[in-house]
Amino acid sequence: MAETVDVPGDSGTGSPRPLFAGLSDISISQDIPVEGEITIPMRSQIREFDSSTLNESVQNTIVRDLKAVGKKFMHVLYPRKSNTLLRDWDLWGPLILCVTLALMLQRGSVDSEKDGGPQFAEVFVIVWFGAITITLNSKLLGGNISFFQSLCVLGYCILPLTVAMLVCRLVLFAEPGPINFTVRLFVVIIMFVWSIVASTAFLADSQPPNRKALAVYPVFLFYFVISWMILTFTPQ
Amino acid sequence: MTRFARVEGHRRSVGRDPRGGVQRRRERPAGPTRSPACGGDHGPRPGGAGGRRRRHGGEAPGRAPQAWAELSWRQADMRAGSSQLPQAERQQPGFWTFEYYQSFFDVDTSQVLDRIKGSLLPRPGHSFLRHCLRHRPDLYGPFWICASLTFALAISGNLSLLLAQRRDPSLHYTPQFHKVTAAGITVYCYVSLVPLALWGFLRWHGGARGRPRRPLGFLETVCLYGYSLSPFVPAAVLWFVPVAWLHWLLGGLALGLSAAGLVMALWPLLRGDPRVMVAALLSTVLLLHSLLALGCELYFFQPLPPVPPAPLTTALPPGSQLPAGTPRTTGT
Repeated sequence: MAETVDVPGDSGTGSPRPLFAGLSDISISQDIPVEGEITIPMRSQIREFDSSTLNESVQNTIVRDLKAVGKKFMHVLYPRKSNTLLRDWDLWGPLILCVTLALMLQRGSVDSEKDGGPQFAEVFVIVWFGAITITLNSKLLGGNISFFQSLCVLGYCILPLTVAMLVCRLVLFAEPGPINFTVRLFVVIIMFVWSIVASTAFLADSQPPNRKALAVYPVFLFYFVISWMILTFTPQ
Repeated sequence: MTRFARVEGHRRSVGRDPRGGVQRRRERPAGPTRSPACGGDHGPRPGGAGGRRRRHGGEAPGRAPQAWAELSWRQADMRAGSSQLPQAERQQPGFWTFEYYQSFFDVDTSQVLDRIKGSLLPRPGHSFLRHCLRHRPDLYGPFWICASLTFALAISGNLSLLLAQRRDPSLHYTPQFHKVTAAGITVYCYVSLVPLALWGFLRWHGGARGRPRRPLGFLETVCLYGYSLSPFVPAAVLWFVPVAWLHWLLGGLALGLSAAGLVMALWPLLRGDPRVMVAALLSTVLLLHSLLALGCELYFFQPLPPVPPAPLTTALPPGSQLPAGTPRTTGT
């Protein structure tokens, strides 16, 4: 400790020494106590956290996860430059949204027509494999976003389109006609633009600047196809 | 002390002096020194720029441990090096690594746009292979152009069915989702199998004749075919308008541009070959391309049905056929 005390004291005499310059001169001797405890406040909290989630009731777990999902929904509906979606990614939200969308978009099993709307599995595959393809594409182009973070963002940004699907199904209860179609078209277009804006707000920063358009175009195509499936949904 | 000694040993074993290494890297030219391709001069590579950024971040004076910085330098160097050297001189990572596939996506937005422009508007004398690809094929363009074409065909075809149904209510409108699968399989198989056949044939033929010229790579052939499908995307989008002469016009235009690009790219490679073989090869390529265009147009798009004849109601003068769906007024 004696040597390190000298170093700041020397600064008044000569030119300012760079940081850690004198460290190489230190030899560890018996006098310097090198044992001790480094206490990081976060660490103990995390340890308590880990052990407590095993013992807590299922209701607590579910409520906590639902709250996390709900918070992310809010971040998608009001897209701001925040890192919450990226930092604490989870795939519950995308799963809930994808299953809801696929349940609403599927054609009924009694419908035996060959050319109808998509089946449940087709919607599921399009959403998940589309998201995986876009993620791989953005990683191959040199983006520095992780695989699951990108899946999380793309999945959560389907929320506006799911809302559009709900609205379209309600509107379809009214009588069919050009006004019906125009309202649905309007709603789907707005939600499509909202999805693109929300996902671009999160994803565009992860790409090098001269490849942003290359990474955003597949996202545009993905949400366009989902919007098309929503718009052409006809109840049997 | 032991901590620093270990780092020093590591650096020595790598055989690099950080300061010398940094200077060596600084001497490398800023960007690829080649003439502008496809009408654009491209800025420094992103790998190079990112690598340089990381190098500056790791350049700490003194003996601060730089093992982690050196690893990231080496990664950035490999990426920068891989993007600045032509493909033949790159050190190829193994096909099981992610970097191997990353080398196929090493393009910028401006380059992709230039390549699309080069294939949409082929200029005689400017081979797509030589001027746009410049021996640096990418997989981004072919993959996403095929995806766009798939969805353009399916969605546009569905729109044409919708418009046909409005003319003739007896048709039943359905979303026809199976056409997406059909379009995808057709387009992706075309862009992978036909280049494979062409590449195989050119390799076999070149090998048989002992040709000294650099053979066409498989990826370059896939790239050529993928970008050559780009005129079909706007044609597919506009094909939803159910007017017969417009279909023929758009189809002919797209096929002409696409085929011209292909022929102009393949022509320099076939110089010195017997004319019969060249003619046969080029006509096969053109025939397959036309089959694709014709098949897509016929399968995915619904021709406008003729106006259904009006039922014989009272006092409708002949020749004043009202289209179906409008209210008919009996009596004139």
